[in-house]
Amino acid sequence: MKDCSLFIVSGKVWTFGDNCDTGQIVPGRYIPVTDSHELAKHAFEDVAPNFVKEVQKGDIVVAGTNFGCGSSREHAPKALKFAGVSAVVAESFARIFYRNALNIGLLAIPVFGIRKETKQGDLLEIDVTRGIVKNCTRNKTFKFVPYDQFIIDMLAEGGITKYTLKMLEKND
Amino acid sequence: MQGTLTQKLLAKAAGREAVQPGEIVHIEPDLVMTHDHQGPMTLCEFNQMGIKKVWNPEKIVIVLDHRTPTQSTIAAQNHQLLRKFAKDQGITRFFDVGEGICHDILAEKGFVQPGKLIVATDSHTVTAGAIGAFATGIGSSEMAAVWARGKLWLRVPETIKVILTGKPPAFVGGKDVALKLLQVLTTDGATYKAVEFHGDGLRYLNMDERMTLCNMCLEMGAKNAIIPPDEVTEDFLKEKEITDYEVITPDKNAEYSRVIEINLLDLEPLVAKPYSPDNVAAAKEVEEENVVINQAIIGTCTNGRMTDMRLAAKILEGKKVKPGVRFLIVPATKKVYLQAVKEGLVEIFTNAGAMVGVPCCGPCGAYGMGAMADDEVCITAGSRNFVGRLGAPEARIYLGNSATVAASAVAGKVIDPRSMMGGV
Repeated sequence: MKDCSLFIVSGKVWTFGDNCDTGQIVPGRYIPVTDSHELAKHAFEDVAPNFVKEVQKGDIVVAGTNFGCGSSREHAPKALKFAGVSAVVAESFARIFYRNALNIGLLAIPVFGIRKETKQGDLLEIDVTRGIVKNCTRNKTFKFVPYDQFIIDMLAEGGITKYTLKMLEKND
Repeated sequence: MQGTLTQKLLAKAAGREAVQPGEIVHIEPDLVMTHDHQGPMTLCEFNQMGIKKVWNPEKIVIVLDHRTPTQSTIAAQNHQLLRKFAKDQGITRFFDVGEGICHDILAEKGFVQPGKLIVATDSHTVTAGAIGAFATGIGSSEMAAVWARGKLWLRVPETIKVILTGKPPAFVGGKDVALKLLQVLTTDGATYKAVEFHGDGLRYLNMDERMTLCNMCLEMGAKNAIIPPDEVTEDFLKEKEITDYEVITPDKNAEYSRVIEINLLDLEPLVAKPYSPDNVAAAKEVEEENVVINQAIIGTCTNGRMTDMRLAAKILEGKKVKPGVRFLIVPATKKVYLQAVKEGLVEIFTNAGAMVGVPCCGPCGAYGMGAMADDEVCITAGSRNFVGRLGAPEARIYLGNSATVAASAVAGKVIDPRSMMGGV
């Protein structure tokens, strides 16, 4: 069964600036850690110490350009996902972060022009299949290009690991 | 086939005549690599899939280079897991603690060849483009999926053409070309794109310098960087007795999304100031700002090769590192380390007051060495000067070429190496 709830999410906004690198998302000292719940305790530890204490399930990160640049560490999207973040919406993404996020089932959505129109604490609603982000607090709507079908399929399976198993079952 | 070199390599891998930017291709890589930073998570994901055997142990490389020499119990446990995994799976291209940095090992051992398609769980995988390969970084879960199935998807990127002309002046190298390019493109100017190098200026960049240049293209957001194979490539591979590779070159009428020309003759030693690799200024200008340093670093996959060792020795010979500056020199691989010993460079470094470390990634991200306090300043030949990259968030990191770093270590402040050595 496909998890349809994945494709409409809503939550409170946490804002970040441009060029937020993966070292800011999870500091390098935690890289030997592989447990996602443990990593989640250190999300944004150096740059937003309140984040972990205050983040709620479903919250949405809204950032500027080049979000997730730097190291390829998958620890970064995993920490956000397991901290409860449902989606990251940014002006643009560094490619490995973008790929990693989708691979682990965290929504990463490039939306041009959204950062300056969004404030910390706003309520956002995202319709992934239709390609719409709505800022309910400010009653503003943004559009984005929906994912390719195979990305949707992968997200529906819960990420690349389960998707790969399914492909292997089909001998693909 | 028509297209840029990256398009042609992806078309070939996908078994297609030609591919266009924006298309998604599904391919089987020629070589995949992981290390002890992303490898443990890759292994977790792979084990969770419940698959017994990897798709092809001969195509997999594992290198222990980030948390080495083993820095903590958790690192030792991670190393143990990867060692056992390699043995159980019959992965013979396994490089244990002390062998060196993964990207340099791939190049040194001849695993990177023109036309090959390489993915690895490291952002600086792009370094291999210096040898004419398509090489890009992926994450841990994706690598686990590749280990299982041997397939991945790639979006065909647009290509930026960079034409290098002229001969670089003394103490200007691949690092300065990269910093110049960062100044032009900024840290996201090449995001999702390929960067392809052309021009007669390339002949003045040896393979070490080319690897530095391609390595730093990641800091511009590039998906991959690539230098079409030429005589420098041929000589580099001939030394390894590799001659039977296919030479694929970009088409004359290929379409590029942007063309940038850089005259190497006009370049000077450059420095990236905190906290971004694109915050670039001339070393000469920064010298006037009187930036006193506490630490200097030569090493990492950006600048830890013989060219860097020789350059550092040329500057340090007969001089002393300024008291109060801790100067770390970490050769990229065991081979570089040994050669530096043979040439007497390690003696020069040690006499000058520098410390020479075991080949590893350490000083790039304060992995067991090179950590800094909040009010400290470092100049490094590495690639990143982000907030907190070397520990304390307030520490200030400057990036420069190896000559700039060595001269600054002696001066005790960031300087243009030509101020010490002449050559202006």
